Order: sequence, then structure tokens, then C-alpha cells
Amino acid sequence: MRTVFYLVRKEFLQIFRDRTTVFQIFLIPVVQLLVLSNAATFDVKQVAMMVVDEDRTTVSAGLVQRLEAGRQFRVLRYEPTDAGVDHALLDREVTAVLHIPRRFEEDLVRRGRAPVQLILNSEEGATAGIVQSYALSILAAYSAELDRTLPRLGVPRTVRVSPLDLRTQRRFNPTRNYKHWMVPALMVSLTTIIGLLLTAQNITRENELGTLEQLNVTPMTKIQFIAAKLIPFWLLSLVIFTIGLAIGKLVFGIPMRGNLLIVYLAAMAYLVVVLGLGLWISTITRTQQQAMFVAFFVIMIFLLMSGLFTPVDSMPRWAQWVAEANPVKHFVAVMRAVLVRGAGLETVGRPILGLGVAGLGVLALAVTRYRKSVA
Amino acid sequence: MRPFLGFVRKETLHLLRDRQTLGILLLFPVLQVLIFGFAVRTDVEDIAIAIVDPTPDVATLELRERIAASDRFHVAAVSTSARGLDARFRDGSVRQALLLPTEVERRIGRGDSLQLQLVTDGSDPNTGGIMQGYATAILDRWYREVVPQGGTLRIEARSRMRYNPTLESAHLFVPGLVAFVLTIVSALMTAISIAREKETGTMEMLLVSPIRPTAIVAGKVIPYIVLGFVSVLLVLVAARTVFEVPLRGNVVLLLAVSGLYIITALALGIVISTKAPNQRTAMIAALAGLMLPTMILSGFIFPIDSLPRPLQLLSYIVPARWFLVIVRGIMLKGAGLATLWQETLVLVGMTLLFLARGSRGLAIRLG
Repeated sequence: MRTVFYLVRKEFLQIFRDRTTVFQIFLIPVVQLLVLSNAATFDVKQVAMMVVDEDRTTVSAGLVQRLEAGRQFRVLRYEPTDAGVDHALLDREVTAVLHIPRRFEEDLVRRGRAPVQLILNSEEGATAGIVQSYALSILAAYSAELDRTLPRLGVPRTVRVSPLDLRTQRRFNPTRNYKHWMVPALMVSLTTIIGLLLTAQNITRENELGTLEQLNVTPMTKIQFIAAKLIPFWLLSLVIFTIGLAIGKLVFGIPMRGNLLIVYLAAMAYLVVVLGLGLWISTITRTQQQAMFVAFFVIMIFLLMSGLFTPVDSMPRWAQWVAEANPVKHFVAVMRAVLVRGAGLETVGRPILGLGVAGLGVLALAVTRYRKSVA
Repeated sequence: MRPFLGFVRKETLHLLRDRQTLGILLLFPVLQVLIFGFAVRTDVEDIAIAIVDPTPDVATLELRERIAASDRFHVAAVSTSARGLDARFRDGSVRQALLLPTEVERRIGRGDSLQLQLVTDGSDPNTGGIMQGYATAILDRWYREVVPQGGTLRIEARSRMRYNPTLESAHLFVPGLVAFVLTIVSALMTAISIAREKETGTMEMLLVSPIRPTAIVAGKVIPYIVLGFVSVLLVLVAARTVFEVPLRGNVVLLLAVSGLYIITALALGIVISTKAPNQRTAMIAALAGLMLPTMILSGFIFPIDSLPRPLQLLSYIVPARWFLVIVRGIMLKGAGLATLWQETLVLVGMTLLFLARGSRGLAIRLG
């Protein structure tokens, strides 16, 4: 036990001696959390739009007016022909084009139906769908309005049909605040990146510098060695995590509906998995450069296949299976469930237990893979 | 020139000798693009929906049928009361719930207003919005067909999605992945390779040699430019053949700009390495410092237009942001230099800036 204690002390001294690293370890997560939390959003602010109005009537002008009134669209250009459409889209000058054809008003008056064309730049996917639904709802509202006000030719008034009264409700995040969703995710990402990098690089560095041999000739056991490498980073990561939670609560006001102790329980288990994995990488690579690339690869897979940014449900089946083995996925799911939805141990107990078991497994792997003797 | 060539040769040998690292460098980018091209998507499918139908009749059965038949949804539960729904929302086994009133058929027949309630798990606002949109579309259509609408006036919108008509996620994310992987790999490669020379003390030896600091930097970078370029080729071939990402623009232009971008990223790596005393600092800066900003501020996952104004300005200093506009422009939109010259110019400017800073940083260390 004393051996481990001294080694832990040595690691701490080593970390805190290197001012630049300490600076990086604490500053990078804090700054990025503060800045990037504002950026991680699919919200569509205001869409630059071009209207091609070949009709030029009061009805078509009314439509343009409704579009602008909704604040979601900014009509940047109002043209009589569609000559400039291609260029405006190509140049990213506008994201959406509404094309109102000739005889728009006439068709509505005579037939009660008239087409308009909506062209969207779908280069950025998700946005295009949202913009489309904005535009469609404005069109629907305007149709309903015209139905009441526009004098119609030849078409007999039909019986009033009562519209469908659909009440929608969004659970857990009614104000559609992206930060509630993304801040926990970013916190996890940053803790993971820092923790994994530091551990993955650690043993390889001792190996490269030759100090590993010095440790190897001491009487300490493999388990003591790995434990001594794990504990300092585990504590550091927990501190970073706590800072992140505090920022999330104080700066971004993320909800904490569930029990914080559960979050910490999960964090403790999760960090063992991540750091153990880092140590394992550190034992299998020869140079720091290699260690970094493997760590980078693992981090990429962890982050991009965890549901942090894009939902796991959208992935193909095989990727969902892979994601099941991803500790980040489970940890983020637990965090979001407890913080945002207020879930208790009965729902998140199993993933936490899974993380704990995985942690022990990874540690065992690192211990067996670590060789005290030089081949 | 001769000593310089010799130096380039030394660096190339360094790189080629270490087979394991070489393999990792060439393989990882392609592997990543392959995996993430499949796995990173935002389309929402297979939504678990619960339907509460207190009095099933012909109209509600028809609606249930329609929801079940859509490949967007699978009906996770049908019940006559809303009991237990809260718990299912909390543990995530249900993402959406549709609460029908009693005697739907009779109400429709009488012409009464029909009040439905649609509850959506909105914890992820984006997915929540999409799920709500899908369900609303099915409900609207059902209602229009069950209830005779007569001659209600309607403006019919025909939407066209330009450049990515099927909204295929791979077409969207693969160009982004190219930018992302290139940035990190290139910046990391040079940053570590220079920091390593410093850590092992061989940098001093290089600096006292008659080769000028600029030439040292250039010599370090050239082999990596070639390597980076091979990796771009592999990635692009994967994008074309596996994901069938369209290549509507000019291939030569795409390759040229990719080459330029590799140099930008490598130059960034040089700047990092001149500031970092050892490999650990260099790689934390390159990975922890670049990874999330490149992912989030470049438009790779989250659209730039969605960023708040100050962050949009901040995104201007992220090189990947400019490259991404170019790659998407060439691949998806078939744009040429006529529309993309500004972005290209920005990249050239950044590269020159990084190179100037990088070589100066090295020169100063001697003094």
C-alpha cells in the first residue's frame, strides 16, 4: 500500500511540475466547455431566402409578407425571374428559394389550388429539413387564412370542416434548450479526451525515456504499478468532471433533476474504464507517436459512435451493436437520463454496473499486458 | 540544395523505417471515414411510439395501421390508458406517445373537433423536432383522408432539396470527415515529430547544422505532405466507391485544394510544436485543443448558420471550416474556383501565416 502511495505521489509531482501540462489539463476543458456549449446546436436561426415572384399580385405579396413576419426567414432578394437562383444557391448567398409561379393568385381564386416551389440547399442536411418544416407551416397558415378571406370564383363554399386539434408537448426539454442536451455530452468528451491522452502517453513515455526500466527493477508488483498509474489520473479526471458539472450548473443552468450521487457513481466507474484503456494502449505501443494515434482513433470512435452528437438510433444495426460496447455511450446515456429526465437507480443501475465490470476487465487486461521484463 | 535533399531523405527514411506508425498513418484515416461514413447519421428511424387508444374503433385502427406501416415508427405499446407512460418515457423505452380521445369515429361523424395529444421526448431538441414532424405529417394525412375536406383552399408546396436530394447523411458527413481527419492527423504528425526531436535532444543538433531553420521545417514537412496526400486519395476513393458521394466538380481542383489544406494543417502542427517543450504538451495541444473545435466550429456536425454571432466570427479562424465549404462545394455542388476563390485564398493566407510563425519560432529558440 505504501509503495502505491509513493508512486502516486511521484506521478502527482511529475504532473504538477510541468506547468504547461497543468495549464492545458485544466484550461482546455474549461474554455472549450464555455465556448463550444454555445455552438453545439442544430437550431436554425434565420434563413436567408430568395423569393422569385413571377405573379406579383396582392396574394403573392401577402405570402412574402407572412414569411418575413415569422422572423425565421429573411428575404434577402426579391426577384421577378429565376435567373439568379442557381448562382445564389451555389454561392451560399441564400439557403432557400421560394418560387411563386405566374397565375398564382388566379389559380387560387379559380381552382382553390396553386403550387409554389420551395428549393432548399440541403448541403447541410439536418437544417434543410427544419427549414422545410418552417416554410410548410407558414404556407399552411396562409392557406387557411386565404380560405377565409379570398373571394372564390365558381367553387361553392363547402361545409366548414373543423381542423384537427393537435396538441403537441415536448417532454423534459420543453424550451428546446440545446445546452441541456449538449453540455453533459461536452463535459464527458473533454474529460474522456484529456484522461485517455494522459494515460495512453504515460507508460510509453517512461519507456521511451528509459525510466520504465528503473521502475521494473523495483520489487513492486504489476498490480501496484498499474494502480499507481491509474489513481492520480482518476482523481484528476474527477476534479475536471466536477469543474465541468459546476460550470454546467452555474453558467448554463443545466437541470439536475436526479440524484447527483448516481452521476458520480457512474463517473467513477466510467473513468476506470477510460483510464484503464489508456494504460492498456500505453502498454501495447512503443512510441508516444503511436500511442497518440491509437488513442486518437479510440477517442474518435468513442465520441462519434456514442450518440453524443448524432443519435445512436439513427445508426445502422451493426453500428448500434458496436455502440453497445462503447463506455461513452452508456455514461452519456446515464448522465442525460439522470440529469435531464431525473431517472433513478432502477433505470440506470444496469449500465453503471456494466461500466464497473468493464472497468475491472480493462484493468485486468492492462495488468496482464504489462511486462516487467524486457524481451 | 544538396544538404536540404539529404535532410528530406533522412526524414523520409525515418518515416518509412517505422512500419507500424506508417501503417497506422495510412490506414486510420480510411478506416475512420469508412466507419463514420456509415455510423454518423442524423436521420431518425424506428421511433418507439406508444399509442393510448381508450376506445378502439375503425378510425383509430386505421390510424394505428398507418403508424405501424411507416418505417419511421414502430409501435412499442398500445393501451387504453396513459398509466405507466411516465416511467417508460423516463427509462427511454418510449420516445413518443399519441393520446387519442374516446369515440374518435363518432366524433368525426358528428363533425366535432378532434383533440389529439402528441407527447414527444424532447431531451434532444433536434431529434425531438424531427420526430414531432414525422408524427404530425402522418396524423394530418390520416385526418385529411378520414374527414372529407371539400374545397378547402390549399397552396401546394413542392419542395426540392438541392445538392443532396435524398438528404443522405453520408453525403453530408463524408466531406466533413475528410476535413476533420486530415486536420487532426496532419497537425498531430508534424507536431509530434518535431517535438520528439526536441525531447530527445536531436533538434539542437539539427539547429547547429548549416541547414537554415526554414529548410529544417520544410524538410520535416515534405514527407508528410506526400503521406497526407496518399491518405486523401484513399479517403476520396472510399467516399466515391463505398458511399457514392457525388463528385460533381473538378477532380484536379479537389486534389489541389486538398494538397493545399494538408500543408495548412501541417503548418499548424509546426506552430504547435515550436511552442511545446515536449511530446506530451504537443499532443495535448494538437488533440485536446483541436479535436472538439474542429468538430463543432467547422460546420462538420453543426451548421455554421446555427452558431451564435460571436462564435460564427470565431469559426473564421478554424481552417477546417474553410476547407469544408470547398470540399462540399466541389463534391456536392459542382462549384469551381469562380465561387470558391475566397475560401481558397483564406487557406493560402493561413498557411503562409502558420509557416512564417513556425519557422520564426524555431529560429528564436537558437538565440
